[in-house]
Amino acid sequence: MSDVKTRFEVRRAGPLALLQDAGRFGVRRLGVTQGGPADPHAWAWANRLVGNAWGATALEVTMGGLELDVARETVIAVCGADLGVTLEGHSLPLWESVRVRAGQRLAFAQPVNGLRAYLAVAGGGFAAEPVLGSTACVPREGVGGLDGLGHKLEEGDCLGAETPTGMPDTGRRAPDDVRPDYATTPRLALLPGAQIAEFEGRSLYQAFNTAWRVDERADRMGVRLRGPQLRCRLGGMVSEGIGLGAVQVPPDGQPIALLNDRQTIGGYPRLGALTPLACGRLAQCLPGQDVHLVATSRERAHNEHRRFRAGFR
Amino acid sequence: MSAVLPRIEPAGLDGWMVRLFAAIDEANMPWLTALVRRCEASFGDALVDLVPSYTTLLVVFDPLAMAPEEARQRLTTLLADLQPDEARDDAEPRELPTWYDPSVGPELERLAERANMSIEQVIEQHSQAEYRVFALGFAPGFAFMGRVDERIACPRLETPRRRVPRGSVAIAERQTSAYPLVSPGGWNLVGRTSAVLFDRHREGFSLLAVGDRVRFVPVSRVEFERLGGDTRSVEANQ
Repeated sequence: MSDVKTRFEVRRAGPLALLQDAGRFGVRRLGVTQGGPADPHAWAWANRLVGNAWGATALEVTMGGLELDVARETVIAVCGADLGVTLEGHSLPLWESVRVRAGQRLAFAQPVNGLRAYLAVAGGGFAAEPVLGSTACVPREGVGGLDGLGHKLEEGDCLGAETPTGMPDTGRRAPDDVRPDYATTPRLALLPGAQIAEFEGRSLYQAFNTAWRVDERADRMGVRLRGPQLRCRLGGMVSEGIGLGAVQVPPDGQPIALLNDRQTIGGYPRLGALTPLACGRLAQCLPGQDVHLVATSRERAHNEHRRFRAGFR
Repeated sequence: MSAVLPRIEPAGLDGWMVRLFAAIDEANMPWLTALVRRCEASFGDALVDLVPSYTTLLVVFDPLAMAPEEARQRLTTLLADLQPDEARDDAEPRELPTWYDPSVGPELERLAERANMSIEQVIEQHSQAEYRVFALGFAPGFAFMGRVDERIACPRLETPRRRVPRGSVAIAERQTSAYPLVSPGGWNLVGRTSAVLFDRHREGFSLLAVGDRVRFVPVSRVEFERLGGDTRSVEANQ
């Protein structure tokens, strides 16, 4: 049953659709992971286009397969991957605010370009009860999402907006230069870490001069990269806190970039850490796609991050 | 990596790793908990997360609220006159009521065989010692505690269980823990605690925090049940 706040009813859930606000902070010392959008760039733009502030809860749709019935007129934006999304069978423009009306069906098909799409709704974002300060849905930990228990979206779920009012303009578009072509081979900015000098010289050369292939074992916890075997003089380390984007190298020499749902501590040596935007770009890659790692400076990464965040309030 | 400690290392765009010690030691923990408190006071709203673990403290801050260089400078200042938290000998250790039984601790037998002890002796070894929480991780509220007496230390299972029941008390190498939630896991199960280790509705959420002293207190099946413990065997819990 739908109440007045309901905007959508889930007809088909698809493989993985998760509500995500900016993430869960301040509780990592308790072993609780960060969560939040795997691609913060696309997530932030979707919210911005419907007039939501930074941090509003949007829906992260991975792969596609999601079908929603519109229960009440509202304004939405879909940013990020092109998952062949249609409204009443017609192709829906991406990176643009669009009005949807009661009775219409919004359907995500499958990846055309990129892997994760973000659906934002006007009115402050999707309504969900925060758990440990956040709505970010992390099924493995059983926190966040619609019911707070970490369930991914399921058939029959009703999605509402935070506030019943708020109908921003439609036709707001993100400029072309912020819309990535996810099919291109990305250059992922990496800040070198403390153990970088412990890798053998040849391995360091290879790390930054190899096309790394995204492995099948890729999810919101981390993405394995396949390529030359990197050798590090350090074996295991005493487990320590791991930041977003840390690129750890286990004994098999194949790096793993750790993303939003990573475990909070770990004990493998690391090349360094991808910047948040590089994490987002990697999260849009399908298995089999190639990526490059590019060393960057803290100053450069910091400036890039400032510019990114300056556009969102 | 044999440079002087403590050391502040880069950890991404929004983090610094403070490396205080080279090796795991119970004596590290008062220094780590002291640094956690000092960081909370010094960073204020710019602080995003603190992750203490064994020998290190990962400090995560908002780089838009505090420039990374300033964050580093503050850490340097804090380290210069850091004093360890004083041991509060008057404070009792946290007690985890634990029912030790092969039905909920199927590896009791394995540990007894390896140590050439009776099951009763293994239980006595495990429950006599006082442990210290070195880190939380793996899952919400999962505390890595040490150090387990060498005689009952035991490597992880070759094949992890797909489903370890909630409350399971376990040993891996010289560490011990209790599983706050049902999860996969490869540690050796020796019993089950009725303590609720993670509760989203409780202030502080996690029963245990880094630096805490902990004891496992043996209880009978009847007492365990009275305390709300789940007596179903590990097999029945699959």
